[in-house]
Amino acid sequence: MPVSRPGPSGSGTRATDADGYGAPRRFWRGLAQHAPPGVDAVERSWRSPLRGPWLTAVYGSVLLVALPLVIITGLLDYAAYGPQFDQAFPTNVGWLRLPAFDWPTRPSWLFRVTQGLHVTLGIVLVPVVLGKLWSVLPKLFDWPPARSLAQVLERLTLLLLVGGILFQIATGLLNIQYSYVFGFDFYTAHYFGAWIFTGAFVAHVIIKFPRLVTALRSRPLGTELRTPRAATRPEPPDPDGLVAAEPGPATVSRRGAVGLVGGGALLLAVVTIGQSLDGPLRRTALLLPRGRQPGTGPNGFPVNRTVAAAGVRPEQTDASWRLTLRGGGRTVTLDRPGLLAMAQHTADLPISCVEGWSTRQTWTGVRLRDLAALAGVADPASARVSSLEKAGLFRTAVLAPNQILDPDSLLALRVNGVDLAPDHGYPARVIVPALPGVHCTKWVAEIDFRGQADG
Amino acid sequence: MAERAGPTAGRDRPTAGRAGRLRAAYGAAPWHLVLVTAVIVLAGWVALRLAQEATFGRMLLWFVGAVIAHDLVLFPVYASADRVLRAVVRDRVTLLNHLRVPALGTALLFVVYSPGILRWGETTHEAATGQTQRPYLVRWLVLSAALFLLSGATYGLRAALGRRGSASRARR
Ligand code: HEM
Repeated sequence: MPVSRPGPSGSGTRATDADGYGAPRRFWRGLAQHAPPGVDAVERSWRSPLRGPWLTAVYGSVLLVALPLVIITGLLDYAAYGPQFDQAFPTNVGWLRLPAFDWPTRPSWLFRVTQGLHVTLGIVLVPVVLGKLWSVLPKLFDWPPARSLAQVLERLTLLLLVGGILFQIATGLLNIQYSYVFGFDFYTAHYFGAWIFTGAFVAHVIIKFPRLVTALRSRPLGTELRTPRAATRPEPPDPDGLVAAEPGPATVSRRGAVGLVGGGALLLAVVTIGQSLDGPLRRTALLLPRGRQPGTGPNGFPVNRTVAAAGVRPEQTDASWRLTLRGGGRTVTLDRPGLLAMAQHTADLPISCVEGWSTRQTWTGVRLRDLAALAGVADPASARVSSLEKAGLFRTAVLAPNQILDPDSLLALRVNGVDLAPDHGYPARVIVPALPGVHCTKWVAEIDFRGQADG
Repeated sequence: MAERAGPTAGRDRPTAGRAGRLRAAYGAAPWHLVLVTAVIVLAGWVALRLAQEATFGRMLLWFVGAVIAHDLVLFPVYASADRVLRAVVRDRVTLLNHLRVPALGTALLFVVYSPGILRWGETTHEAATGQTQRPYLVRWLVLSAALFLLSGATYGLRAALGRRGSASRARR
């Protein structure tokens, strides 16, 4: 071996066979002895005196707490699409299916919070992930790369772990900025990528948890956060070899390193959170599409798909527009004055996009349950809402019974006291509490109610 | 990435018996084998499923490419940049950190928001939002300049206070 590292020892892990090679021993030992040229130099080039189990454990604990939230809110996003109606993408997921349940309509800010958390946390954790990877990077260049089958397999799972998180971050970030340079289906990639990552994450946590606890206990956080740069010393050599063999003098304290990552997270938070806030703070999302309001006035809030992009033409939405209601063999058609003549209901509801941004507006229109009753389906099992849009993944959406019957679920005709703008779905759009924005169908043409009896 | 396997820790004592031999030969406790196998099987199952997709090759490329881009491009680039910076400022550590912090902030904003800054996706962005991606580059430059200015100003302040401090010490 080119460099002598303390073998795995201490904390009850004393190696029996001092070198710690698995079978076949001769192979692993031979591999260790045949280091490619340069390994030595690389080994000595790791100079940071900050790398060590403690710092890795601090970054690791932040991820240990926050990543499960990202995973859960991501899976909830899938559930919010209504997989029971085959409208969550990807549709065909084999046994990676989630338990079926009707996505609730209350609290009305539910999806705003879950998806806002998913995207915001995902962004804010980027510096923590980068810091964590920085802290363990020398391991990538270790020689020998493995001393046993156990290490080979574990390294493979680490490839899945690191590849998984970077893949999820990259696809997520590109998606929220409408950049589809990757050229594959985002949903398929992000959903299956999530499972690969989650598996590797769970295993990594189980394997490393004892190390994490030992490392955190090795230096009290309070003391560490009071230690200035001048007093910062490398950690003692550790069994995993994170501590540099020849550390240089500290240019940053451990407190500084934690602060740097924390500061990065804060910086990203400051320029991201605005997309989930209403009022003047919205503009603070300086580098994201939803920090900018597309206009002023009652209809001046963000859009997710413009009328032009949807290909809905003005002559489709003029006075000749009709809403078709179907249910139990009955068909009812209504024009816009007819709808306006029905009982109107007003609700303050957020519209929350799967891409993480949201905004609360005041919507006025006809209750969906009144329309169901008009179609003769008082006890609906589902409603398929179709748009004038001819193409697009979301030209139709199926609503569950609770989403039809909620008193605030509307076919909205007006917003903030004026008619909907074309970009917001004029002549009529759906708005349902806690429903992902993409399922709040715009430019509605038809609603097909199915009764419980229709099966 | 890639840390050395933890529970190579399994080799407590040359335990006799089959479990002990497995442990010694495999290099970790049996549960470790079960756990990592489960993860690899899960990933393998997903990969097999996705293999039917026409774009599977691209997904794989992005998955592995992300690791390579981080470990063998991003890391070496920022580590070398830091080395150059250290060589330039020599032992003025405070100055070094007052340059490092805004540089990291600038780089971080770029890494996260580059799709907008570089205008990758003009048409999809416009179809979705009704707006162009033009403002992001300028905003990023302004934010970055603000970070450097702020850091520079605090450095100046620190230096001035430091001089005053040492001057008053000298008078005493
Ligand atoms: C550990 C990392 C992550 C995991 C495990 C994860 C997991 C998930 C899952 C399971 C979904 C549901 C996918 C679907 O509906 O098909 C999802 C959706 C989403 N994720 Fe992530 N995610 C991660 C990181 C990120 C990051 C960093 C971002 C971006 C900033 C992001 C942005 C999104 C977006 C925009 C959606 C909604 C897609 C849609 O429904 O249209 N994710 N995530």
